[in-house]
Amino acid sequence: MLSRDKTWVGNDNGEHSFHGGIKLPGHKDLSTQSPIADMPACDVYTVPLNQHIGAEGEILVKAGDHVLKGQMLARPHGMVSAAIHSPVSGEIIEISNHRFPHPSGLAAPCFVIKNDHKDEWIERNPVGDDYAQLGSHELRGLIRDAGIVGLGGAGFPAAVKQTEVGITTLIINGVECEPYISCDDMLMREHADEIIAGAKIIAQIIKAENCVIAIEDNKPQAIDAVSKAINDDDSGFIELQVVPTIYPSGGERQLIKIITGMEVPMNGLPADIHVLCHNVATSYAIYNAIYHAIPLISRIVTITGHGVQSPQNINTAIGTPIKDCIEFCGGYRDDARALIMGGPMMGLTLDTDELPVIKTSNCLLVTTPEDMALPASKSHMPCIRCGKCVDVCPANLLPQQLYWYSADRDYDRAINLNLFGCIECGCCDYVCPSDIPLVQYFRHAKSGIWEQERERKKSDIARQRHENRQARQDKQKQEREERLRKKREALAKGKDSHKLELDKKKALIADALARVKEKKAKQPVKPKNTENLTEEQLEKIAEADRRRKKLKKERGDQDAV
Amino acid sequence: MLFKKADAPYLKDYSNVQSMMLKVIYALIPGSIAMFWFFGWGVLFNLAIAISVCLASEAMMLKFRRRPVEPALKDGSALVTACLLALALPPLAPWWLVAIASLFAIVVAKHLYGGLGFNPFNPAMVGYVVVLISFPREMTLWTPPLGVAGGWPSFTDAVAIVFGSGISTQALDAITMATPIDILKTHINMEHDIEYVRTHKVYGELFGPVTGVGWEWINGLYLAGGLWLIKQGVIDKRIPISFIISLVLISNFLSVLDYASYSSALFHTLSGGTMLAAFFIATDPVTASTTPRGRIIYGAGIAAIAYIIRNWGGYPDGIAFAVLLMNMAAPLLDQYTQPRTFGKSEAKS
Ligand code: SF4
Ligand code: SF4
Repeated sequence: MLSRDKTWVGNDNGEHSFHGGIKLPGHKDLSTQSPIADMPACDVYTVPLNQHIGAEGEILVKAGDHVLKGQMLARPHGMVSAAIHSPVSGEIIEISNHRFPHPSGLAAPCFVIKNDHKDEWIERNPVGDDYAQLGSHELRGLIRDAGIVGLGGAGFPAAVKQTEVGITTLIINGVECEPYISCDDMLMREHADEIIAGAKIIAQIIKAENCVIAIEDNKPQAIDAVSKAINDDDSGFIELQVVPTIYPSGGERQLIKIITGMEVPMNGLPADIHVLCHNVATSYAIYNAIYHAIPLISRIVTITGHGVQSPQNINTAIGTPIKDCIEFCGGYRDDARALIMGGPMMGLTLDTDELPVIKTSNCLLVTTPEDMALPASKSHMPCIRCGKCVDVCPANLLPQQLYWYSADRDYDRAINLNLFGCIECGCCDYVCPSDIPLVQYFRHAKSGIWEQERERKKSDIARQRHENRQARQDKQKQEREERLRKKREALAKGKDSHKLELDKKKALIADALARVKEKKAKQPVKPKNTENLTEEQLEKIAEADRRRKKLKKERGDQDAV
Repeated sequence: MLFKKADAPYLKDYSNVQSMMLKVIYALIPGSIAMFWFFGWGVLFNLAIAISVCLASEAMMLKFRRRPVEPALKDGSALVTACLLALALPPLAPWWLVAIASLFAIVVAKHLYGGLGFNPFNPAMVGYVVVLISFPREMTLWTPPLGVAGGWPSFTDAVAIVFGSGISTQALDAITMATPIDILKTHINMEHDIEYVRTHKVYGELFGPVTGVGWEWINGLYLAGGLWLIKQGVIDKRIPISFIISLVLISNFLSVLDYASYSSALFHTLSGGTMLAAFFIATDPVTASTTPRGRIIYGAGIAAIAYIIRNWGGYPDGIAFAVLLMNMAAPLLDQYTQPRTFGKSEAKS
């Protein structure tokens, strides 16, 4: 807020607004000067197997296979998963690990496809307007098989969200609040009718009662195009709502608050308050899947920033090397410094352009020092508790205290202050006068907590395993001892001398017992507690008796003398 | 092509601690000029002494603590502490008093607690209170404002008073005078009413139509500077607004009940260090509460305590104590005023 013309601190302006947020320089004009261009075909495409949130699909092809454009390469596996299709016709060169844009930076399985430039499509049977006759289940199946995921950036499989139970409101998100990005803006300008058609398909699936298309007020042309499309559509079912330009109004939770006045529970989903939110590009992809049987094999990507020669939006196949996209846009300028996939607030820096465009690549931003100075040093000023971060936090958290506890690794306190309510929007980071990389601290804390959780689970499992092993070992030991004992006994039996001695003893005992019994039978009164005695004891008793008798006898002899 | 990696967000606001502190200094300028106008050279001496001692001890402490000296000196926080302290101390305070207060503020209240951002107590107010308790007589060495009882002493007299013992106690008594707030309290405790003081042949001259002569100007200009700071986003409006509203409510309530013994709300808001405290001292972010609701309570708390000390306490103005007491309460306030997180049904305490 110091540079007043650049930052604006929002406030809780009532029900249809969210707390905090910031006004950011848009830089959208940079990439909206020309219509969406079609990216020419490349020779080789690298299509990652897992470009979405959820499980990897099940691979249907193998290296050497010839594939057609739109052919399914992997089918969804499990509840939350997405299909992958070939963007071109050609040959699968290999299915191997390659790096692709992902926070981990790790290599993962990818289909590497050599384009045969014949552009041969797989056989398609579009549903078209007949979709109205289909049930929700079938439509969801079509969307699922088209590999459609949320194209706003999250990449959550679209069909999974489209439950038809209890959803009343469908929100189509055309807000696109991050600076520089304009792919949704351009899509709305050029394909408003298709977006509306897609929205109606989704609405039918989820049996929505109303549908709102939300657009930020800094996109007048998109607003015009969409409102015209809504007027042309005679259903009267779809509404347009223009929302103020405040970052992050395009965040799902924030947008739902603006439109409905309701808050998605912190640990819940929009469905919990009967809302489903889809991006305009997702709606467009669904339209293509239903009306043209085109799976998600291409998307519109904003190539922008002062580091590219001619910023613009391009329609490009998934799997296209980023390098080629930039080249198509005139290449880099000399002062290009950083390559960001996504926006400058929540995007991901890429260390190389030799990575493919994936389903969630909405923007490739090449920055120069003119655009932004990348946070250079690791050192920052101490927190002066100014509270600016508190004022801008759309999740209404206390970032300053979260920072304190995150830096201290006092995770319990951080969780108590709802660390997991943080949407990592970066507003706090942006305004912090001490330049503390707050979001980085929060991300570390979150992964630290997950790590602990995993460790705990692992150690639980390990302990269980250990105990099991212990029990197994004990049992084995017992068995072994048992076996040894038996063996020893068997050995002992084998030795005659032993056996004789043993037999003698046994005979003696048996003798004694017999005598005792005899005595007992003679004497009804029990003289001694001879019951429940062991054989040895009995033997001793018997011996003692014998001695006593002997003595008596001797004495008796003497007496008699 | 290869690129550097970094962590989102990559965009940054242009604000930084240094520019915030500088703006605080700018905002203090009009009020300080008014102070100088009405109270003379002593104000400038105070500023000069406090600034040099604060900066020197800041540098010294940073060296001791093996911290980089230059960036910390540049952040301007020690400068702000020095200015606030200098403007709060009486203009004819001896140089060593200002120096001791400055030293305490920076060395003990700031650095021994861990430096900027870690000090629980407002350094300027700690310095102020230390000398207030240790040297109560010197702390009343205010000059009569311009145009009253001969006005402020000449440059040479001021130098003699501040830097030497070149002036006798009697002579000193002749040119110093307590502040209007102090005089009122003393007399009201002696069962005189406000009217008696205002028409008194010696003190009466000190009072203008609203408050003490000059003080409405000084406070008015601090108010203006403070409003500019709010507009610039440097300080949070909640603390000053709740401070001023609470002070008005409390003083108005009592003066309506008994106008003879309790001064009006206007008198209180435009007297002594009220506006300096409201916009510059209570808003020190490091030592204030950080939650929105916490800040409202924090401001109100300072007003209430300051009012109590002003009227019934043993010290001339209670703002310093009020600020320190609320500093102590700030962590607790933060804990119990946590805002309701988005999507949570109710705030946890
Ligand atoms: S984290 Fe930054 S913005 Fe938040 S209170 Fe601390 S210094 Fe201010
Ligand atoms: S990054 Fe997290 S803590 Fe910071 S403003 Fe966004 S939601 Fe709040």
